[in-house]
Amino acid sequence: MKKTELLFLKEDVDIPYNWAAGRYGSLFLTRLRDEGKFIGNRCPSCGKVYLPPRVVCGPCFTPPEEIVELGDTGTLVSYSVVNYPFIDPETGSRRPIPYTLGYIRLDGCDTYLSHFVDETDPAKLTPGLRVKAVFRPREERTGRLQDVLHFKIVD
Amino acid sequence: MATKVAVVGIGMTENKSRWDLSLPGLYRLAYQRALEDCGLKSEDIDAVAFGHSPEYFEGVNHPEKWCGEAVGALNKPLFRVHTGGTVGGSVAIAAYYLVASGKFEVVLAISGNKLNETSSAQIGLSTVYDPIMGRQFAAGAPSAVAVQASKYYSQYGYNEDHGLMVAVKNRNNALKNPYAQLRIPDYTLEGARNTPMLCHPLRLADMCPTSDAACAMIFAAEHRVEAITDNPAWVLSAVAVNEGINYVDRDWSKPIGLRKAAELAYERAGIKDPRRELDVVEVYDAFSVQELIWYEGLKLCDWGEGGRLMESGATRMEGDIPVNPSGGTLCANSIGASAMFRKAEAALQVMGRAGEHQIPGVRRALGHGWGGGIQFHTIMIFGKDKP
Ligand SMILES: [Zn+2]
Repeated sequence: MKKTELLFLKEDVDIPYNWAAGRYGSLFLTRLRDEGKFIGNRCPSCGKVYLPPRVVCGPCFTPPEEIVELGDTGTLVSYSVVNYPFIDPETGSRRPIPYTLGYIRLDGCDTYLSHFVDETDPAKLTPGLRVKAVFRPREERTGRLQDVLHFKIVD
Repeated sequence: MATKVAVVGIGMTENKSRWDLSLPGLYRLAYQRALEDCGLKSEDIDAVAFGHSPEYFEGVNHPEKWCGEAVGALNKPLFRVHTGGTVGGSVAIAAYYLVASGKFEVVLAISGNKLNETSSAQIGLSTVYDPIMGRQFAAGAPSAVAVQASKYYSQYGYNEDHGLMVAVKNRNNALKNPYAQLRIPDYTLEGARNTPMLCHPLRLADMCPTSDAACAMIFAAEHRVEAITDNPAWVLSAVAVNEGINYVDRDWSKPIGLRKAAELAYERAGIKDPRRELDVVEVYDAFSVQELIWYEGLKLCDWGEGGRLMESGATRMEGDIPVNPSGGTLCANSIGASAMFRKAEAALQVMGRAGEHQIPGVRRALGHGWGGGIQFHTIMIFGKDKP
């Protein structure tokens, strides 16, 4: 084929969605919003506690029906200090950097919660640190994970 | 008893930015090369297993709808497979199953992506998280793997240099591979250390590039193999395991799903000591540090010994268990084709046709892939001798 000018078509796509949080997810988020409390759910078969609560315990394939109230402290399981420009899919605008992504295991729970940690100096971060949730003021809370502003290191 | 199956033809496109080819054009090129590789015609293919990674990367949807004819799937069975980053591996395994079942004799596996069609592939990656309980805080794949890296380094007393050593090894290997995208002469540890820290503890040097590429493999049943080629790569085992995500007590630095897949794959291939019995391994190292963790999952060494295996030089091109002589995913990552490239490279090594990065005397080779939340693992082992 003879050489030709190579074209491409540019398009921006913007599609609105509504995602159902489900019953457990809704209970979790309303308690977070209204009371500033974390709830998880416990599997009756193996006793493991899930947070956020979920519809099934994977290993047992059993609904973890028992609702468990958890405290606001936990352990930093691992983390990364994100330092590259990244468009936040929630807002469509650039998220301020650096920020720290943490995987947090709340006390009394057997899964982790991903959230922000308010420390961006890698020298001050290490797996195993104790952390505590910092909630937004009640009037700013809307029933999403961001009702927790971030976790702060407490030791 | 399942039918014995061999790879008879392989077609790859170069990993790079391809403004000269549309998505169907890219698939067609890989398919055409696979047909030419084994002298088959499109009408000789009975069925097609088709892969493409999350469509969001290209802003398209259901591409098998409009790419089917480009892969010869006109009035033929076409099966779409989807497992994220390891889709190319899952597609190859699906094609193998189709032939092994005895229902089809010659099947095409093909998978690809054009990641350069958006500058925001990492936004697409955010949509693979749970929309309500997880995507708010992540920054695409790099942040998830950086969390894995922090855990791995701190747990075993390793540091950033251990990942960067992988980058240096694989980037130097890639100089011998014309299909690789990153082919940078004189790539040194010093240079790698000086690249920007993008997602602590991962630097730019620890990360794969974004590529446009497709890969095709043709699988044939035993009774058809001889008429097609005298140099097949026999499938000794094919295993896929989903490790799950955020399951209870998950240790991100200890891939138990991969370990399970490896144990099954070795058992089926009759391998007792993988370090000795495998001649070469291709792992899906989208990020440098992962190669160390996969060494452990694949039982090339014990848990926690991956960094020391790297330091020993055993996985270099001239070592006793070379890993990623092609340069691996760290030097070419289209996502859709990458896990199939690992399998195709392993098959080429067994055929003795890997070119400049051929390891001498390969009789058994393993190709790996991972996808999703570092959870979907695929393994294929190929052998020179019929099982
Ligand atoms: Zn359970």
